[in-house]
Amino acid sequence: MSAETQTPTEPAAVAPRRLAIDLRQYGILAALVAIIVLFEVLTGGRLLMPGNVNNLIQQNSYVLILAIGMVMVIIAGHIDLSVGSVVAMVGAVAALAMSEWHLPWWLAVLVALFAGALVGAWQGFWVAYVQIPAFIVTLAGMLLFRGLTLVFLHGGTIGGLPNEFVAIGAGWLPNWLGTVGRTDVLTMVLGLAACVLLVVFQVSARNARKKLALPVEGLIQLWGKAIVASAAILAVCWQLANYSGTPIILIILAALILSYNFILNRSVFGRHVYAIGGNFFAAVMSGVKTKRVNFALFVNIGMLAALAGVVSTSRAGSAVASAGQNYELDAIAAVFIGGAAVQGGVGTVTGAMIGGLVMGVLNMGLSILSVDAAWQMAIKGLVLLLAVAFDLVNKRRGGR
Amino acid sequence: MAERDPILRMRGITKDFNGVRALDDVSLEVTRGEVHAICGENGAGKSTLMKVLSGVYPHGTYTGTIELNGADAAFTDINASEASGIVIIHQELALNPLQSIAENIFLGNERARRGVINWDRTTIEAGVLLKKVGLKENPATKIFEIGVGKQQLIEIAKAMAKDVSLLILDEPTAALNDEDSDHLLELIAGMRDHGITCILISHKLREVRRIADRVTVLRDGKTIETIDMSDPDASEGRIIKAMVGRELNNLFPPHEPQIGREMFRVEDWTAYHPIDTGRIVVDHASFNVHAGEIVGFAGLMGAGRTELAMSLFGRLWGTNISGRVFKDGQEISTATVDEAVAHGIAYVTEDRKRYGLNLIGMISTNISAVALAQFAKWGIIDRNREYLTAEDYRRSMNIKTPSVSELVGRLSGGNQQKVVLSKWLVSGPDVLILDEPTRGIDVGAKYEIYGLINQLAEQGKAVVMISSELPELLGMCDRIYAISEGAITGDLRRVEATQENLMYLMTMGKEELR
Repeated sequence: MSAETQTPTEPAAVAPRRLAIDLRQYGILAALVAIIVLFEVLTGGRLLMPGNVNNLIQQNSYVLILAIGMVMVIIAGHIDLSVGSVVAMVGAVAALAMSEWHLPWWLAVLVALFAGALVGAWQGFWVAYVQIPAFIVTLAGMLLFRGLTLVFLHGGTIGGLPNEFVAIGAGWLPNWLGTVGRTDVLTMVLGLAACVLLVVFQVSARNARKKLALPVEGLIQLWGKAIVASAAILAVCWQLANYSGTPIILIILAALILSYNFILNRSVFGRHVYAIGGNFFAAVMSGVKTKRVNFALFVNIGMLAALAGVVSTSRAGSAVASAGQNYELDAIAAVFIGGAAVQGGVGTVTGAMIGGLVMGVLNMGLSILSVDAAWQMAIKGLVLLLAVAFDLVNKRRGGR
Repeated sequence: MAERDPILRMRGITKDFNGVRALDDVSLEVTRGEVHAICGENGAGKSTLMKVLSGVYPHGTYTGTIELNGADAAFTDINASEASGIVIIHQELALNPLQSIAENIFLGNERARRGVINWDRTTIEAGVLLKKVGLKENPATKIFEIGVGKQQLIEIAKAMAKDVSLLILDEPTAALNDEDSDHLLELIAGMRDHGITCILISHKLREVRRIADRVTVLRDGKTIETIDMSDPDASEGRIIKAMVGRELNNLFPPHEPQIGREMFRVEDWTAYHPIDTGRIVVDHASFNVHAGEIVGFAGLMGAGRTELAMSLFGRLWGTNISGRVFKDGQEISTATVDEAVAHGIAYVTEDRKRYGLNLIGMISTNISAVALAQFAKWGIIDRNREYLTAEDYRRSMNIKTPSVSELVGRLSGGNQQKVVLSKWLVSGPDVLILDEPTRGIDVGAKYEIYGLINQLAEQGKAVVMISSELPELLGMCDRIYAISEGAITGDLRRVEATQENLMYLMTMGKEELR
């Protein structure tokens, strides 16, 4: 009886919901664009100068790398407070490996990544198998690894790192293809290649779906998106090409973003991460090996934190005990601004990257305007609060 | 009891929920000092009636009158009914395990002056109340240190601390072992001496017969009759007849059973409560199911039906589990969900929102969740194939949604249930255990689900159907097991089964079995 009255209204009730989801995803992007435009105007065009675009990428790279690991942990309903300390400790290990054990730089990087995996296995063991809440385990880790960093560095710093190592975070690809005027050709070629690949992938995925008679998005929508995205890619490349070329870290970052996006969207593992966060009991009852997945998530974020440690140490040129302070908070903020849900089950790598860029642009814009560091912190806090509040209010309005 | 002195008179109580009538002109009269039992099937309206009485549903949301001690009562909330001396003790206890007995007894009713608690008074008065309920415990003991049976007594002490005159107990023995039940029932029977009248909601007719003075039977939201247990013709049979006396509606699609070989057999399955580890919840249950057969499990709330299913399926519930499982004559292990699924067993949970679905996930990803490996190669999911499979199920199951990319949480209950069923069918099971497959689903969707269950049986699958609704079991099943207090008390073929003989088996104490 109530079925008769409900059925006709169902599609109508669903439509605004889908709109709300779209608005939420594009909302973050729109917010990023709005913040960029705002600071571009406020700084009189200085925000997007070639050097600043370059710095935006190099300065925020480690937070973005951490945010990739963090978004996965948060989707599964956990948190990791230890990444800042892991960044510092792994940086110290890498520096020790090069300056005291005299390992070549690439071996030092591998040692660092291995150290990160060990840290992750340690924390993953407590979270997944002993089932201690991740908040506690990683809070303990935050203290533990910060302490170990001090032990490793004997309270001092280790500098004088090899140039190849420093280039990871602070270097650029050589301009193999020469320059036209002041513009690096390689950067523009990479940018164009990225645009072509983007279009090829989009079109071929659409064709595959069409062949199976699956619903596809309209051609106008597809090309519209492709053109806007390509324009953005080329604009960034243009600015980079007119500065020092392609930052090495941008290549690493792009590879990470693409692979982790793929893992979360397309792999069985990624699906299990969402399943655990969406409804833990349902995941268990569907045969998901929740312990194994949780363990893997922490090993993964441990390795990403190690990579962030390598990058930040290389950019700083030395390992210091105070490295990575508050990185965990920046990464967590990026993830939540990027639309992840506090209770788990929701979140994307893309969202987290946009969230990270929102924080990065905010940082840079406020710095150019010479806003006091104290106020910068306060403003970032308010932005995080408002972003999550907006998200929750939106969800409530959409019905649960 | 020649002269009746009514403490409570409820007259003509009618209560609707969004056009569905839950209570229809219900009347209840309770005499001062008696133990008055209320009996009825699940969904008969017992809890709703008690919520009306205790002010959970405030005055004005129902029609009819409540008269307490001869005066009209119009409660706006629980506090108002408690102030008039009505206290309700729910099935799920509302104690804080980390606080002491004394603190819990006076929670929200503290022995305090201007917000400062008088601990001496608290301890002394708690001691007096503990003596009244016959509990020898230190008031400073934490709740988690005592068993569930004693906790139930603490609830009663808490009610007495509020100067209760009318105490409502909702299935008080459902979670207790026999010894604790005995003690509690004695206490309830003796409440009269403390000037307390009791309303007892219970499924266990043995208990009702033992301590109730009168019994009011509800069915489909109506009062059927009030039986005086001192009457010579008052019997359990009479109560059962009153509880189930409704006609069977023709609500079930036709089904020609084609029963094949034995496919699934369980022997001596036993499981203990995971926290109260001394309590046996599934007690040496043995049963079998044949290919093409629909086998029902009938039992009242707390009988252990879901616990039986969940301990069987990957040992998701219970501790100290023992017993043997056979599939096609071979002994198999179902110790993990993976093993159970690999042996072609599926369990469709009773609580689809909590255990069955990722409500914030898409329909397609929910449908593929159990058999995800089917859609993946080298760990990479073919999402197009996943989508197409989900589409197939949307069509064959008639899931009403504009697209399988919608979130499951947006679907109606019936459609959500079809998603859960699809999810398990994708895994290609031979044995399906369906726990309350039509709970919370409207009549139209129920018929569809029944049709699907029949189809599954016709495909030669073995179907186990657990349900609280006897008509559903009688209408659907080829054979019905009755379960009571964790033990299987009977096994009736379709032709022998009636609501009366099932209800008899379901309310039978397991000691009568031996």
